[in-house]
Formats: sequence, C-alpha cells, structure tokens
Amino acid sequence: MKQELIHLRLYVTGLTLRSQSAIANLREICSTEFGEEYQLDIIDVLEHPELAEQEKILATPSLIKTLPPPISRLIGDLSDREKVLFSLEIFDKRTNK
Amino acid sequence: MTENRQIQKILTGIPGFDHISSGGLPEGRTTLVSGTAGSAKTIFAVQFLAEGIRKYGENCVFVTFEERVEDIRRNMQSFGWDIERWEAEGKWAFVDASPSADESPVIVGPYDLGALMARIEYAIKKTGAKRVSLDSLGAIFNQFSDSSNIRQELFRIASTLKKLKVTAVLTSERTNEYGEIARFGIEEFVADNVIILRNILEEEKRRRTMEILKYRGTFHHKGEYPFIVQTDNGIILLPLSAIELKQKSSNIRITSGSDDLDRMCGGGFFRDSIILVSGATGTGKTLMATEFMAGGAAKKERCLLLAFEESREQLFRNATGWGIDFEKMETDGLLKVICKYPEVAGLEDHLHRIKQEIDAFQPNRVAIDSLSALERVSTFKTFREFIIGLTAYIKQKEIAGLFTATTTSLMGGSSITEGHISTITDSIILLRYVELMGEMRRGLTVLKMRGSMHEKEIREFNIDMEGMHIGRPFRDVSGIISGRAHQLTNGEIDRLGNLFIDNQ
Repeated sequence: MKQELIHLRLYVTGLTLRSQSAIANLREICSTEFGEEYQLDIIDVLEHPELAEQEKILATPSLIKTLPPPISRLIGDLSDREKVLFSLEIFDKRTNK
Repeated sequence: MTENRQIQKILTGIPGFDHISSGGLPEGRTTLVSGTAGSAKTIFAVQFLAEGIRKYGENCVFVTFEERVEDIRRNMQSFGWDIERWEAEGKWAFVDASPSADESPVIVGPYDLGALMARIEYAIKKTGAKRVSLDSLGAIFNQFSDSSNIRQELFRIASTLKKLKVTAVLTSERTNEYGEIARFGIEEFVADNVIILRNILEEEKRRRTMEILKYRGTFHHKGEYPFIVQTDNGIILLPLSAIELKQKSSNIRITSGSDDLDRMCGGGFFRDSIILVSGATGTGKTLMATEFMAGGAAKKERCLLLAFEESREQLFRNATGWGIDFEKMETDGLLKVICKYPEVAGLEDHLHRIKQEIDAFQPNRVAIDSLSALERVSTFKTFREFIIGLTAYIKQKEIAGLFTATTTSLMGGSSITEGHISTITDSIILLRYVELMGEMRRGLTVLKMRGSMHEKEIREFNIDMEGMHIGRPFRDVSGIISGRAHQLTNGEIDRLGNLFIDNQ
C-alpha cells in the first residue's frame, strides 16, 4: 500500500514532565502505527518562540499534522492514544479494510 | 509580601485619565480594564500603548485574543495611530492569540499556555517593551473550555508580566453595567487595580463613563467620569467633578456692548465672569449676545460666538438688522462664529469641541446662544456636568462667557436651564415680556451681579435698527417677573406710599 509521508510538529515548553510525556507518547504512537513513514519535528518554544509565533501556538504541548492534508491540531500531552489517532485522521486510512 | 517603597505611576497619556488616576497607571503592575461590549476597552488598551510610543518613547506589545491583527491595524488607523509603521520601526509588536479560522484544536490530555507566555516574553524582549496590553481575556475562555485551568494559566502570565517589570493593561468583558466586575472571575487574579468602562443608555442617550474602582495602595479620584471617543484622538476624559475652584477673579470690567446695561451692572461685567441671560423667545437674548460680541470687537477684543439655534446667515442678517457688521468683525479677525445643530453630537463631544475652539481662537469673550438648545439633547446629569465643565474652563482662561437660556413660558417663569446653573453664574439678567394696557413691552432687570452693586429696577427696553435701548424703569407696575404684571392705580399708589409714612 503506497502511503504519503506523514509530517508532524510537536511544540513543547522546555523539558517539563508534561513535555517529556508528550514526546514519549507521540514517539510510541508513531513507531507502532506509522512505521518509518513519518517525520517528526520537536520544537521547544522557549528556545524558538518565533516559531511558536509563526504558527500562533498558544498551548503546549501542541501537535500539528501538516501532511497528509487536512491539517489537524491537537493540544495536550497526547496520553489519550485513541483520540490522538482519531483526531490525526490517519488511523482510519491505515485500518481501512 | 511587604512593600515599603511607594507605588510609582506611569503617565498613560490618555487625556484626563492621568488626572483622575493621580498620575497614571501603577508602574510594573497589571490593571484590569473591564466593560461591556462596545465600552471602548480595546481603544483604551491600544491608546495606552500608542501614547506610550508617541509621548514617552516607550515600546510596547499588544496581545490580542479576540480581534484579528489586521483588523486592529486598520481600525486604529482612524485614531491616527499608525501601528504598521511602529511595527516596522520595532516599537510595537503583536502577539496574535486570536482564534484562527481553522477548526479548533482537539484536546488530548493536560496542557498549559506555556507557548503563549513564551511568545509574550519574546515580544517584550525583542521590542524592549515597557507597556503591554492584553485584549480581551474573555475570548481565551471561549477558545479553551477548561476555565479553571485557563484562569490558573492567566494568573501565571500576570505574575510573569510583573516579574518582567512591564506595566500591563488587561481587558475583560462584563455582562452588566452594574454587576460583577468581570466574567470568568478574572478580577480575582489581577485584583490590584480595576478600572470600569461603562456605556450607559440613559433616556435614549448613550453616556460613556470611566471609574477607577480599585487602585491598591495608591490615591485616585473616585466616581464615574464621563469620556468621549473621538476620531483622531481616541479616549478623552472630562474630569468635571475633579475641577478645583481656584480660579482667580479680577475686578477688571468689560463692556456688555450696551452703555445702558453697563450702567445698570455698576460699570460693566467682570472680565472673567459668567453671565446668564434668561428670557422667553423673542425677548432679545440673541440680540444681547450679538451686542456682547460687538462691544468686545469695538474694544479690539477677540470674540467667539457659538450658536446652536440659528444658522450663520440668520445671525449675520440679524446683526445687520441691529446695525452691527459681523462680516467686518470677522475680516478683522476679531470674531469667529460657529454654528452647529445641538443634535449632531453628544454633550460631551460638544464640550470638547468648544474647548478646542477656545484653545484655537483664544477669545477674550465667548457667547453661547443658547444653552437651552443644548439641554434638549442631554440628560440632566450630563447637562449639569457640561455647564460645570464649561464654566470652569472659561474661568480658567480668565475670559468672559455670556450664555442665553430660554424660558418656557412667554410671561414670567424661569427656564429649566436657569434652575440648573444659576448658582454657577456670576450674573443673571432677566428679559421679560410685560403686558401693559393691551400692549406687549419688554422689561430687563439685573437679578444678580456677584461682587458688585447693580440696579434693582426693572427697566423697559426697545429694539430698533440700532440694537437695544434701555429706557426708564417701569413705575407703578408690579408682578412683572412673576408674569402677572398689573398697573397700580393712583389710589393704590397713595395707599402704599402712606403705609410707610412715619406718623410719629
């Protein structure tokens, strides 16, 4: 099955517990669900506030899926795995039978 | 937490506000500005920053939760605030936290507003901002459903702003003009200073007021102060009740424009006095205002006539009919005539414009014809404040003001206007119709002349091609002022005369 590349950007604030758990949760979802076909950028808004400004990020952690379209935005530590997958709108395509 | 150091304030530059707040906003602190929809919160928030750049060279950051950045840039242009230029010059930075048109984000687990805080901090450092406005907080509660979490996050932002030593304005909505301070309990975390903006509908007229509700640890004037929002200027407060009675008063007399009247007043009006001319329609009030102007111009004084009842053409024609050449006075630069319909603006706006005209023309005397026309467009409270504000301003300028007021009844009676302002005026002149022997005649009396002797008689006066001529006192007539004039018969006069004869 030919798949488009999945492009994800995660915005976090420093190395707080919440940031770390969001990163861990996302990595786990990606590796089990998307295999090798994804690109993940992690942006620390404390180091790069201008990137947060560009994307108008208010809350952290924030996840933005830019590819495949449509763009989707998630907020939180991504602990609700099912909801994350559902909201990313990738889950449905993958399990399409 | 103890703080022995006195709280410093920074001047906002918002006209009038620095007066009622005794020096501006508390420095390095956060002030909540709360108001209903359309109460000029955003204008306050922007003006605080704009004046900072224009008047005090202080850079700033504007955080918008509600309006889009492009809209703010465009809307504020009409007040003369060129935000785009300031942005290019690095003096102004936006932090855009307004809701995006895209779908709202899905919440998957706990979160905070760390990114917003990082962006605000970044913008403050980038511009070296001293002033920050956040407008308006209620909108962020609509973006995120978890109110208690957001409240806590905003509290963190407020305390970070304090740490960064910026002076901040936070705006928030309220649902009622007189009710809880702000929605979502916002005031609880920025409760140091609270300003309320009101936009009250009173007798079908909008009235804007500002009240400093709380200014922790520092002095401010109490109560509601009316303000206007003006194109080119933004918010302008009219701190009427804060005016101090410290005008100087002089003994210099000026002419009323009529020698006869000057004589009745004991040598003319005082230079910095307020004169009220009251009378029914057609008794000669506009004539008195006209002669007051002509008398000034003849002495090379600058005269300002503000007319709210008649058009320019009418006034000039009237003046010509009384032998006064307004046009020449105007070409000589001694007269300025401004005609306006009272309905074109609220009274607060009128007051502000009148002040501007006085500042621009620098007259020695001002006449307003008539106050009653202005009263028509206002509520009692607004009108009283208008009069107080106007008289205080005129006195402060040490010039003379002559106001006319129309009585409602043809014979006798007093005008509503008169009742409101008689204590504020220095002199009152009554013009009355007198019905005698089936004929309408006109009477004039000086009712009050603060600080001077004046005639107590009621004199007849005539109006002809040369203006006003004051004649002899009405003899043997009583009841003129009350509007029930009757001629005393000879028998009566003798009887009255005998009453006071010393029999012993």
